[in-house]
Amino acid sequence: MTQTVHGNTADPAELLPGSAGVVADWASDQRAFKRVPWGKAMMWIFLISDTFIFTCFLIGYMTVRASTTDPWPNPSEVFALTLFGNKIPLILIAIMTFVLITSSGTMALAVNFGYRKNRKVTFWLLLATALLGATFVGMQAFEWTKLIAEEGVRPWANPMGAPQFGAVFFMITGFHGTHVSIGVIFLIIVAVKVLRGNMDEERPGFMTGKPQRYEMVETMGLYWHFVDLVWVFIFAFFYLW
Amino acid sequence: MAQAEGQQHPLGIYFKIWALLFVLSAASYMVDYWQFVGWARWFLIIIFMLLKAGLIVAVFMHMVWERFALVYAVIVPPLLLMVFVGIGILEADYTFFIRDVFFSPNDFVIETHH
Repeated sequence: MTQTVHGNTADPAELLPGSAGVVADWASDQRAFKRVPWGKAMMWIFLISDTFIFTCFLIGYMTVRASTTDPWPNPSEVFALTLFGNKIPLILIAIMTFVLITSSGTMALAVNFGYRKNRKVTFWLLLATALLGATFVGMQAFEWTKLIAEEGVRPWANPMGAPQFGAVFFMITGFHGTHVSIGVIFLIIVAVKVLRGNMDEERPGFMTGKPQRYEMVETMGLYWHFVDLVWVFIFAFFYLW
Repeated sequence: MAQAEGQQHPLGIYFKIWALLFVLSAASYMVDYWQFVGWARWFLIIIFMLLKAGLIVAVFMHMVWERFALVYAVIVPPLLLMVFVGIGILEADYTFFIRDVFFSPNDFVIETHH
């Protein structure tokens, strides 16, 4: 990767004046994450901040659940479904988990085929990932509808026990579902870019003007795996605990 | 040749990790299905959760192949969040105690002695 670095030397003749200098000066530090494209480094930094957000939600959940004197509704029963005449505990959430893990696999393969510069396979794998993500969101919509309309769960009350259950449920799964939905949109955009050959021809990006490369697929993948990662923690702490 | 930017690895490892994630998810579901309770339940849930999270970050997010500068920048700040978890537990226990003492319907009356 070639780098044009302004103001990276002590030579005053190379320093830019005015507002261009502000940008150049702030960008002039040594590159910390070597062999990591800037887009990927920025995605990691975003994901760290997102980790803090979700951790705050989960800590909030832990605190209200541990401090309520009302009995906590049993998720195993709340999220049970009757299939073929049998009531199976937590089955909807289990299927959602498998759908998301499957999508994580197709995403990982998309990144791999991207670096092989296999345009078509990368496109189809990205599309499959987006479809699985949309399936997940659809199942979540079904889950919410069932809980609101049939079980009478509200953010401030529910018939099964501690009122905090609804607040925590809608907050955490809602925020996660929003992440999945944004990811699906993001995936479709990257898939279309791949199909059009933007990466093969290294066309300038719409917003950055920099040549687009298959690294974009990996950066997209980081976001998608993160969404799966957050679900691992939600599944363990909210649904199984 | 210097390592290229970007991550290129054999496909096999992705399929293996994928399969492992399925097995671990099934295992954590079985913890609920077979109604494990108490310490066994908490222990198994945490173990399966950490293994899944570790595999996703290490292989799918390519962390094992990154340089330590990036690995530390990503892993260390979230670990510090464990301090908040500790504070949360202390706060929750205290709130529960106070609610138990003051909001219990009839069986507990605080007596003050002067």
